[in-house]
Amino acid sequence: MKDIIHNLNKQFESRVRLGIMSVLAANDEMDFNTLKELLDVTDGNLASHLAALEKSGMVEVRKQFIGRKPNTSYLITAYGRSAFREHLEFLARLVKQGKS
Amino acid sequence: MEKNQEPIQQLNEIRSLMERSSRFISLSGLSGVSAGIIALIGAAAAYFYLDLGWRYTDLDAYSSAINANRFDHAYLFLITDALVVLLLALSAGIYFTTRKARRKGLKVWDHVARRMVINLMIPLITGGLFCIILLYHRLVFLVAPATLIFYGLALINASKYTFHEIRVLGLSEIILGLIASWLVGYGLIFWAVGFGILHIFYGLMMYYRYETSDISGDPKL
Repeated sequence: MKDIIHNLNKQFESRVRLGIMSVLAANDEMDFNTLKELLDVTDGNLASHLAALEKSGMVEVRKQFIGRKPNTSYLITAYGRSAFREHLEFLARLVKQGKS
Repeated sequence: MEKNQEPIQQLNEIRSLMERSSRFISLSGLSGVSAGIIALIGAAAAYFYLDLGWRYTDLDAYSSAINANRFDHAYLFLITDALVVLLLALSAGIYFTTRKARRKGLKVWDHVARRMVINLMIPLITGGLFCIILLYHRLVFLVAPATLIFYGLALINASKYTFHEIRVLGLSEIILGLIASWLVGYGLIFWAVGFGILHIFYGLMMYYRYETSDISGDPKL
């Protein structure tokens, strides 16, 4: 059991980060405020988790202007997607093991 | 940092988030049922007003209506009838969907709702304009089939952002519309089946699938 847990990507230990990855995996891109609403977290909390995910290369930030308003949106990277998929498979295996 | 729960809970939460963020799940089955009932009333009104009878709603009836100089009245009545049906069905739909969202503690007008509505509107407005052009050319017999076909295309386009039943409903509407444009003259009856019966049928199906039990589906949905 110990080595299976070791297998778990550190980034997915946090519920908020896993939530961010779930939303980004299901959408082409997502803006900060919608993410905040979906995950029901504070600005600071979300920003720090996003920064960590960006640093590890799982999330890409795209800054643009809509009219005069700056708009920041977030995208999942190819690496982030494969890590997320692996994590899902890992969870599914755990569930299967628990059942048998 | 909040600790992760059991794997099965984690998976459920991931699923719920992925679904909630990419699909409009507040759409209520009762919206479909009410739209269907309103459409049937509208079709019945047209049937009685025009005094055509199901058997006579063929090309001859349309042309005899034109010849009898009743055409402009019939014209005006049909357009008004259709617009009233559209308005009432839309209002009822918005009412039931808002109610469902409120009960689930979700925002109604969120980014998925916007995406769904935009994708619905592109084929729908195209269809509306096309029908006006058909009326302009006095090709009245093609209007009912055209509304079915374009509505079906609109549903298929919007279904990417909501329940998959909407896609099947869209396909059914298109098939019905194609048959209706082949068997010219039965416009009203096909229209009543497409906008009335199918809406009620799929509305009830969605209602029983997603809104009656919280056990079968994801409780967070």
